Amino acid sequence: MSETTLNLLEPGSKAKVIQITGRGSARRRILDMGMVPGAEIEVIRKAPMGDPLEFLVKGYNLSLRKAEAELIVVQPLGV
Amino acid sequence: MEKKKITIALAGNPNVGKTTLFNAITGARQHVGNWPGVTVEKKTGKRTYKDTEVEVVDLPGTYSLTAYSLDEVVARDYVVEEKPDVVVQIVDATNLERNLYLTTQLMELGSKVVIALNMWDLAESRGDKIDTRKMEDFLEIPVVKTVANRAEGIDALLEEVVREADKGEHHEHEVSYGDDIEKKIIELEKIVGKDSALSGKYPVRWLSVKLLDGDENILEKIEGSSVATQVNSVLSAIKKEDYEAAMAEKRYETINTVLPQVCVKCVKEVTFSDMIDRVVTNKYLGIPVFLAMMWAAFEVTFTVATPLMEFVDMFFGWLAGVVAQSITNPVLGSLLGDGIVAGVGAVMIFLPNILLLFLMISLLEDSGYMARAAFVMDKLMYKIGLNGRSFIPLLMGFGCNVPAIMATRTIEDEKDRLVTILVNPFISCGARLPVYLMLAGAFFGRQAGTVIFGIYILGIIVAILSAKLIRGTVVKGKPSPFIMELPPYRLPTLKASAIHMWEKGSIYLKKAGTIILAGVVFVWLLSAIPAPGVDAAFASEEILGTEDSLVGVLGHIIEPLVAPLGFDWKVAVALVFGFIAKEIVIGSMGVLYGTGEDEDALAEILTAGSMTPLTALGLMVFTLLYAPCIACVGVVKKETGSWKWTLFMVAYGTTLAWIAAFLIFRIGTAIGWGL
Repeated sequence: MSETTLNLLEPGSKAKVIQITGRGSARRRILDMGMVPGAEIEVIRKAPMGDPLEFLVKGYNLSLRKAEAELIVVQPLGV
Repeated sequence: MEKKKITIALAGNPNVGKTTLFNAITGARQHVGNWPGVTVEKKTGKRTYKDTEVEVVDLPGTYSLTAYSLDEVVARDYVVEEKPDVVVQIVDATNLERNLYLTTQLMELGSKVVIALNMWDLAESRGDKIDTRKMEDFLEIPVVKTVANRAEGIDALLEEVVREADKGEHHEHEVSYGDDIEKKIIELEKIVGKDSALSGKYPVRWLSVKLLDGDENILEKIEGSSVATQVNSVLSAIKKEDYEAAMAEKRYETINTVLPQVCVKCVKEVTFSDMIDRVVTNKYLGIPVFLAMMWAAFEVTFTVATPLMEFVDMFFGWLAGVVAQSITNPVLGSLLGDGIVAGVGAVMIFLPNILLLFLMISLLEDSGYMARAAFVMDKLMYKIGLNGRSFIPLLMGFGCNVPAIMATRTIEDEKDRLVTILVNPFISCGARLPVYLMLAGAFFGRQAGTVIFGIYILGIIVAILSAKLIRGTVVKGKPSPFIMELPPYRLPTLKASAIHMWEKGSIYLKKAGTIILAGVVFVWLLSAIPAPGVDAAFASEEILGTEDSLVGVLGHIIEPLVAPLGFDWKVAVALVFGFIAKEIVIGSMGVLYGTGEDEDALAEILTAGSMTPLTALGLMVFTLLYAPCIACVGVVKKETGSWKWTLFMVAYGTTLAWIAAFLIFRIGTAIGWGL
């Protein structure tokens, strides 16, 4: 599969981080929280109202809004 | 023998048991305040270990030490500028990878670090094998195993901390960022090192690393220095975004080369937490579960508190009477009894609410549910310019805005927090209900319920629109990004919750209490001092709170201001008293109309011609929106740390109240309704 952004993946899918787009402190925070290039991510679920999203990264559960997840370019991994 | 004194700082990610460890080290010897100049909470405590007196400073919980949040800036400024003897990082043994990321940053700050490997029992019970020896070798940092909630390993930790503090210059350990980045770091180090003001205060390598990290706070520091142009020319030649990503990546890479050697297994598996989350954040069950939790928290906070509050009220009423009677000088007796004791009572009455609400918040927070609540509600709150964590403080406002505003401490971002505080008073609290009940009952008969419901809805609408308006004007910007950990569920401990309750209660009494007391005494004085030309004694029964006291004079002065709303001077006086507590509006009208506490008699007089349904509706809306009560003003001052924002809130609310009541009165009159 070709590269996509994290907000477009369905719960249950796994992916590898390629890069984080955007700039500024939010981007740096995303990096700090372990969403670094090369990191493996699993989409766990959507919140009941559809946003934000929950991910498994670096062995813990992290939640991002779709707006932030859109900054994360990933390579989906085969299930 | 003179005792040795050392200072240690506790650092760590949120939800790793940092507060529990702090409590375990210091016991009850704690002091809670704010970090200078900001509203971030600062806790310090003391412990004597052998012959060393250890001062413990609890740093805000952080994932990193960039300038992302105020918490992070506070934490790193403390380490860099105050130079504690040792920094103890509490590391969650069940999540080494992300926890050690903070370690890599602490190492760069140039301080001695000791790791408290907390909850290692949990890690071990799920089958992880952590080799602390190897961890020490690789990181060059002492590692001590602790289980904070059972107070295990505390002495061993203190032993290690004292030993580390005694050591002379320590070995600098650092992350290696790879050739390309290191070259830039060295280049910047050379430049920054030339400015002695900077290099004397901060580690030069750390400054250089942070510059490449794009850290705004450090860039500002450089901006004003002698090397600004040189630094900028280096930075403008590189692509900042690439460096930021590469450096975070390198830090994780460093951890990942160490990790497999110190920890066997250490892989996340499906846990009990995940199973709970399948229900609690489920697509269909998530919101019902959330509402049930909120209902329970609300009931405990406000229903359980009611008898306690009645008791406080009765006790101070009784005490005021006793004091007033037992002092022979009537003026002094009245001042002490009706002024000061009643004022203390006005402060104490909120204590049951505050204690119970913080018990609830502490249980929700410590169990891990609070993050889920924010996760579930974020979409809704984001739409009105706030974030998921704003929901609980707003909801609690229906009970009482005082503890609700204190509850905004759980909101990380300062701007989000400020907006949540400023709109909170529009959520109609329990104290306003008696006013609606009396007026709606008198004027709207069978429609009373609908009218009151409408008032509550109006409050919610005003809060939402105000949040949007404030976001678009005085507190510019979008809600902060939502980048939040959903920590594993844990069983909260009663001890931690009790300490949390106690802290919040005592802060409220100390900080907000004085403002409330002063306000109550001031308004009481106005009602007790005879108006000029009135021949009566100070605080005598016949003038208290009537036209013949200063408050009556004030009522007549205000009257032209409220006349366009259809209010007379009596309503103006009642509204002045309502500033003490909104429910007093009715009692005060009773005094002014000479009906005392008989609400039926008051209703009769009002409906007989003193007011119309239109002005009654206007008064209800005015009561909803105008300046919140003095207790609320007190906590807003405490929580925002700013008189400017506090006065803004008072002025904004009062202006809105005036406009709303004016529109109701004018439009109603124009269409001939309710006359």
